Amino acid sequence: MIVQGLIFYMLAAIMVASAFMVVTSRNPVHSVLWLILAFVNSAGLFLLLGAEFVAMLVVVVYVGAVAVLFLFVVMMLDINYLKVREGFLTYLPMGAALGVVLLCEIAVLAGGWTMAPEAMGLRAVPAPEPGTISNSQALGQVIYTDYVYLFQAAGLVLLVAMIGSIMLTHRSHPNVRRQKVADQIARRKERTLKLNKVPTGKGIS
Amino acid sequence: MQDMLLEYLPVLIFIAIATAVAAIAIGASYVVAPRNPDSEKDSAYECGFEAFDDARSKFQVRFYLVAILFIIFDLEVAFLFPWAVSLGAIGMFGFWSMMVFLGVLTIGFIYEWRKGALEWE
Repeated sequence: MIVQGLIFYMLAAIMVASAFMVVTSRNPVHSVLWLILAFVNSAGLFLLLGAEFVAMLVVVVYVGAVAVLFLFVVMMLDINYLKVREGFLTYLPMGAALGVVLLCEIAVLAGGWTMAPEAMGLRAVPAPEPGTISNSQALGQVIYTDYVYLFQAAGLVLLVAMIGSIMLTHRSHPNVRRQKVADQIARRKERTLKLNKVPTGKGIS
Repeated sequence: MQDMLLEYLPVLIFIAIATAVAAIAIGASYVVAPRNPDSEKDSAYECGFEAFDDARSKFQVRFYLVAILFIIFDLEVAFLFPWAVSLGAIGMFGFWSMMVFLGVLTIGFIYEWRKGALEWE
């Protein structure tokens, strides 16, 4: 148990530190790399909670795909980041004040928080006994049957994202010559190659 | 719970060893290697010229399209894992609900193929 606590504090400390570096590092590409470190540590925290499947998804989806997307976005925007950072100190009091206000609001909310009496019971109903069943199995038994409409809605959301990203970013260039493999394979020798017998002293017109 | 975490102990040890090796490699070169920099050594070398421009330039937006399509299919695969594990328990209904999901995404796949979004001109 103590080891578990130590690992938790290590992961949490690295995560907070790397999140801080995301905000403060000069080079935005370095920010994305720090963000990846934060993602990996959050995956470790999920593991400590026992949520194996979520931890692996964080590694696969966030570290593998979302971070790459962020990297592309950072590379695509041609902004002079040093110029953006100018005036950081002049805006700092305003930003800090906003942060403090937000923190106070959260504190007020958290202070007045009461659990609905039936909430814990509701939470415990669909969850299977931990330890008897693996994470992904427990998820799989409810996603595809009990929550089938939400599951199909997720599929539609992915479809919309796919079509939207193609509509927004795809530009077809009609004059570009592409390699057409089928045409290349279908090409016959007889249609392109002709052997001529050249008589001596005469040419071929 | 404890047993589950114990299974991840090798991963933790592996991360510790990897971090130690990386730290030793970088730290040792920092400590041991002789360094006497001067302004000429530190300046950027670009075939004898001063650097013309910043190395950063705009990427083509096409890379972004590839990345976002990758994310979408990545998420699709993420849905497949729990389905494959619990296929025995959820029966035919679960099987066909996943088939409908895959069908919807296949429509999107056919669309992007026909649009030429997968072509690299």
